[in-house]
Formats: sequence, C-alpha cells, structure tokens
Amino acid sequence: MDFGFLVVQSLSGLASASSLFVIASGLTLVFGVTRIVNFAHGSFYMLGAYMAVTVVPWLLDFDRSPLLFFTGVLVSAAVVGVLGVVMEVLLLRRLYKVPELFQLLATFGVVLMVQDAVLWIWGPVEIPGPRAPGLRHGVEILGQRFPAYELFLICVGPAVLGLLWLLMHRTRFGILIRAATRDREMVGALGVNQALLFTGTLFLGAFLAGLGGALQIPRVSANSQMDLSIITEAFVVTVIGGMGSVPGAFLAAVIIGQLNSFGVLIFPKITLVLVFLLMAVVLVVKPWGLLGRPEPAAGRAALPEGILATPRFGLWEKVILAVVLAATLAVPVFGDAYTVKVATEVLIFALAAFSLNFLVGNGGIVSFGHAAYFGLGAYAAGLLVTKGGFAMEPALIAAPLAGAAFAALFGFFVVRLTGIYLAMLTLAFAQIAYAVCFQWVEVTGGDNGVVGVWPSAWARSREVFHYLVAGCCILGIAALRHVIYAPFGATLRAARDSEQRADAIGIDVRMHRWLAFTLAGAAAGLAGGLYAFSKGSIDPTLLAIPMSIDFLAMLLLGGMQTVMGAVAGAAAFHTIKDFFMPLTDHWRFFLGASIIALVLIFPRGLSGAYGALRRRA
Amino acid sequence: MAEAVLEVSGVTAGYGPAEVLFGVDLTLERGEVAALMGRNGAGKSTTMKAIMGMLPPRAGQVRFAGQDITGWAPYRIARAGLGYVPEDRRIFTDLTVAENLEVGRRPAQGARAAWTVERLYEIFPNLAEMRGRRAAAMSGGEQQMLTIARTLMGNPEAVLLDEPSEGLAPVIVELMAEAVLRMKAEGLAVLLSEQSLDFAAAVSDRAYVIEKGSIRFAGTMAALEADDHIRTTYLTV
Repeated sequence: MDFGFLVVQSLSGLASASSLFVIASGLTLVFGVTRIVNFAHGSFYMLGAYMAVTVVPWLLDFDRSPLLFFTGVLVSAAVVGVLGVVMEVLLLRRLYKVPELFQLLATFGVVLMVQDAVLWIWGPVEIPGPRAPGLRHGVEILGQRFPAYELFLICVGPAVLGLLWLLMHRTRFGILIRAATRDREMVGALGVNQALLFTGTLFLGAFLAGLGGALQIPRVSANSQMDLSIITEAFVVTVIGGMGSVPGAFLAAVIIGQLNSFGVLIFPKITLVLVFLLMAVVLVVKPWGLLGRPEPAAGRAALPEGILATPRFGLWEKVILAVVLAATLAVPVFGDAYTVKVATEVLIFALAAFSLNFLVGNGGIVSFGHAAYFGLGAYAAGLLVTKGGFAMEPALIAAPLAGAAFAALFGFFVVRLTGIYLAMLTLAFAQIAYAVCFQWVEVTGGDNGVVGVWPSAWARSREVFHYLVAGCCILGIAALRHVIYAPFGATLRAARDSEQRADAIGIDVRMHRWLAFTLAGAAAGLAGGLYAFSKGSIDPTLLAIPMSIDFLAMLLLGGMQTVMGAVAGAAAFHTIKDFFMPLTDHWRFFLGASIIALVLIFPRGLSGAYGALRRRA
Repeated sequence: MAEAVLEVSGVTAGYGPAEVLFGVDLTLERGEVAALMGRNGAGKSTTMKAIMGMLPPRAGQVRFAGQDITGWAPYRIARAGLGYVPEDRRIFTDLTVAENLEVGRRPAQGARAAWTVERLYEIFPNLAEMRGRRAAAMSGGEQQMLTIARTLMGNPEAVLLDEPSEGLAPVIVELMAEAVLRMKAEGLAVLLSEQSLDFAAAVSDRAYVIEKGSIRFAGTMAALEADDHIRTTYLTV
C-alpha cells in the first residue's frame, strides 16, 4: 500500500466522520437537555435527504449555482428543524416525566410513522440527488483522485463544531442549554421557561439531523432505510463520545470514520462489528463515554418502573389461567390452520416477552436488544438442522444454550453499566449479532437467510407442533415465574430499586444481573429456536431492531408492573398485528401511532388496567 | 404590621406515599428576614421546595406579592420575583462563574436598582477574581457565594435561602451573614432555613420552628432565644 492511497483512505474516513458528526451532534444536544434518547433523530436525517432531493433540483432549475444548491440544503434542514419543533410540542412535552424506556418506545413510534409517511409521499423508489455545482470535479492528491465534494464535507464537520462552540459559549441560549444539561430543574427555578428551551433545542437538533441528511444527497440516493441505519451509528457516536457532549461526539466520529475506512481494508466483512466492539471497550473502560460525565440524578422519576408486588394467583386469576391454558390446548382441536399458526406464535412470543420482562420489570435491566438472543437461538437451531444435518431435538436443545452463551458473553459487559448507557450497549450488541448474520453470507445466507428449517417428522403437523411449543413455552414461563418469586428474583428487585443499598447488604449486584441476563437469554433463545421451526426459515429480521421493539411493545401493552402482564401483552400485540398487517399498506403508521397512544394514555398496560379494576371491585 | 410578601397557609406536601408537611403556615413581610428553624428532616427544605413549586403542594395555598401562586411552575414563580437558593447549591459545574450568573439574569421589575454582575462582584470580591473559572473548581464557600449571587441576578423581591451556613468554615459563615444583612438593607425579604441558632439570631427579625412537618413556634427572634422549652424540645440535638 503506498502512502498516497493511505492518505486518500484517511481523507474519505474524515469525510464520513464529518457527516456523522453533524448528525450525532444534534442527537447528543437533544439528549443533554431533554434526557430523551430520540430514535426519531434518524427519521429527521432521512427527511432532510428527501426534502433536499425535492427542493434542490427545483432550485437548480433556475440556475445551476452553488449558492442555490446550498440554499436548498439549508432550507431543507430548516424545514426538518420545524418538524422537530412540532414533535417536541405534540409529543416530547408529554414524555419528560415518564420512564426512559417509554420515551424510547414513543420516539420509535415516530420512526414507524415517518417511514410510512415517506413511502406515501415519495414512493418506494430511491431518489438520487443532484451533484453540487462547483464541486463536481476531482482533486489530485498524491497521485490519487479525490472528489472535491468529499473535501468540502471534511470542512463541514469542524465548521459545525466551531459554530456550535460559539453558540454554546457566546449566546444566552447556548449557556442555558449547557446549564440545563447539568440541572434542568434548577434552570427552571431561576426563571427560565424550560418548555421554550426544549423547543429551541429540538429545533437545533432536528436542524442538524436534516442538514446531515441534505448534505448526503450528492453521495447517496434518498431511500426509506436511511433512518435506522444512521440512527444506530449516531447512537454509537454519542455513546462513545459521552452523551450530551458535542466535542465528545466529534472525537468519536473521527475515530469511527477512520476505523471504518481502514477496517474495511483489513476486515472487509466485519466493519460493523469493529465499530460496536470499540463501543463496548470504551464503555467498559469509561462508562460515560470519552468526554461524558455521570448522569445527574435530578429530575428522574422517583418510583421504580417494574414489578412492585408479587401476589400469588387468587381465585379469579386461577380461573383465568385455567381458561387460558384450556383454550391453548384446545386450539388445534377446534381452530383452523390459521388460528393454530397464530396461537403457536403467540406462545413463542409470550415466552420471549416474559423473559424480557424478567430483565426489565423484575431486574430493571432495560434491554433494547433482546431480539439478539431470540434470533441467535433461531440461527443456532436453523443452522444445525440445515447445515449441520442434525434433527430438531438436539437443535432445540442448542437454541437456549446459544441464547445463554451469547447473553453471558454480551451480558458480561452490559451489567457493568446502568440506565441509558446499558440500553444503548444492549442495542449495540444486538446490532453486532445482526451485522454478523447479515454480512456472513456463506454461513448465514445473508439477507435471504436459510430456508428448510423443518421439525422432525413426528412434529411436522401444525397440531403436534403446537403442543410441542405449548409444552416448551408454558414450562419456560413457569420456570421463569418461579425464579421471580424465589429469593433470586427478590434480590434482583432489590438491586433494581437501589443498587447501592443492595450492594451495602452484601449482594453481588453484577453477578446477580449477569446470571439473570444469561437466564433471560436462554429463554429467548428457546423461543427463537421454536420460532425458526414454526416458520421453516431464519433471516436477519429475527434479530433486527424492529423485533426488539415488538418485544418491548408487548411489555408496554401488557404492563411491565405485573408478573403475567407480558404474556397478555404478547397475545394481544401479536394477534392484533397479525390481523391488521394484511389489511393495510400503512400498518407501520398504525403500529407507531398505537405505541405512542399506549405510552401517553395507558402507561400501565392491560394488566395494570385489570389490577385497577380489581382494586376498585 | 407591615405588608406580607409571602403567605403560606395550610400547605401539605410529600414524596410519593410519604407525607412530609402537614399544614404549614407562615408569612414573610416585606423587607424582613425570617428564620425557619428545625432539625434535620423536620421539613425545612421541603417547605421551601413546596413554596417554589418544585414539589407542588397537595393542599393549602401559597400567595406571593398578592397573587395565588399555588401550583405554578417554578419558572413562573421565579419570574414573579421569588428567588430560591437551594441547600445543595446546585451550581452548574460545567459553566464558568460569569456563565452561572448569566443563567440567573432576569430584568428588574420594581423601581429598585437592578442587580448587575458588577454590583455582585463588589459584594463577593472572590467571585470577581474567578469570573472565568469553571464552577467545578471552586471551594464550597465560593460555590455558596455564587449560588446566592446567581439568584440575586434574577432581581427577586424575596429570597428563599436554604441552609446558607451548612458545612462552611466560620469565616465564610460570617460572610454569609453579611450577605443576608446586605440583602435586607437592599429591601429584600429573606426566608432562611437554619439549624444554627447563632447564625439565625445574628440576621433574623422573626423565627418559625418546624418539627415533623408542622410549625411549632412563631414569634420574634428574641422570643425564641428567651424560650428555653422550645429550644431544647425542637432545636438542640
């Protein structure tokens, strides 16, 4: 490799770092002030790109001048900034007091709605953007040609960093933002209207995301997958840099840009893995990121969110339970093939959701990547059957073992963190698993996955397979429920409510959480294995973000405050989704809207409503 | 009797299921310094948070400058002219001294001369010397001065001063007493919570004693100093 090549490679790394920083700086600012991790930031980025491919060509029709190009870019960013204001006023303002998990879910609801809105407005086909007038040529650098637009992008990052620094240190608005990042309640007690400050911050954050998107149009076509791919990268940048720290985001973006552009030379297949590994290492060494600070505790919800009481089944619950169990077993006798299929899937998701609530509701470990263990269980089972030539039985034993093994590996890092950093790390690990399954085409079949994951002959009929699934899932749920009621479960709740006090009475909090994470991984892995056989195939969507969100939505719907809520939530969520999805082209929109509605109106879920009813009776 | 600037009547408040205040009544007159005395956990800070709207009262009423401010957001109460200096100071540690003051800045409302950065630097010369320094790199006493100066930047009519002498060296405590008297001389009303009778007696006109969330004594500072029974029952440790 000659020197010129290395320089150019490094320059292109800087160009992507620059773009990444512009987007991540907005995310980190919004988080710093509002303490909300805004999934919709990726949607703002995507909207910025779509706005630009609409506005810029129209402007260039008047005159192909750089001035009009950049006017178009800034106008697009400003429009997106206004959308950020709309989101703050309509949604975020109602969310500041709710637990962070609900905030994440609600902003993900916005992601889903924007996805459908984009498809509806701009259609499914990618839209290429115009190239920037005056920057279309290449520049000769040490014998290599390098696009002038990329050189321009390299300058954008430091320019934005400089402007943000001026804004944050030389204007009252910026000083208030920095003060609110430390202690927003105190800022309010000094007479600052937080609502206006938050609205302003959202405008700035969304503007930066939109700017990042609009600046991309000469490089990539606007497409409807841009949002989720950028948001994970932006999360990684903000987490590595320290959430709330703009200079940290810059540093992290530069490191990741270089890692990507040189990593691709050494390990072309696993660049994504490298990035997430870096994040894991940084978080273990510096749990608040490179330039971040410990989260100030002020202003957080005081009561723990999760299972508060663990009552035994009363008479009514026993009756309900008996009816549900009888109905489950009777489905193959009375139901048609479709009903049996849905019932089987409900059982599988019930186990997966229950295992997630074992972590979230019982342990306070908010995992944002639970689909990883579900999906890895599915891949373990599926690959053993198709590539390894094993039968279903050993594959179904391997599935929970795989789930447990990866949960133990990832969990070792995860339990070292708390709060939002923990949630981001679980998400990152899930994305590693996703990336491996997606990119390792020879083994995993890549995007298409692997087909032909069929049960053994005796279990091949839908009815028998239903009973097999029912047996596994009911046993799995019963076992996890037993653990919740056992001293181990109580210990986890103690650590959830006060880590310090639990620590002070001699509980090894990390060890307990690690074991819980592993156990939940095993249960999710078993669910994933069963799911692979019920579908007959495996593919990367099984461990993608939307799957993790589905599990969380089940908890939200069922209510994470009760032990059995997750089961009810899984049943309701999956039946509704399965029923509505074929009926409309806009199911994402409705799913997103329902998640938001649930968070706002019904934050205790179905079983919470049932509990309130019982208390009133 | 002078005109009351702050009237608290029957305020109850608490955290989650825990009740802390059980119907607190007190008044603060224009231009006076009143001390809210009590032991740790008696409800002094909670009373101040309830007045300030940071812990909205569950019952009762808070009136300030003739308006009913019960249930208002803290920022509106601050804008109405009620300043708050929290017990744990809550300095913005990432900001410089000058930036901390900037966060507190609000325009003056009455005819009184507005507080400016220069005037505050006169009263607290230490702050002037370190105006460009990050607040994290200040001593406890310096932070206490900064937090008072920051609140004065809002040009309040009255100030709630939560335990200004707590954990400070005797020299600094004297500076705090001077600062309170200076505020009084400027015409501000001050409600300060205190555990130390010496400090309270040095600066206050009147005193309230709070215990288990209820006011047990209200009277002049001289009356409190004369009342051995109240002092031994509610104040001495």
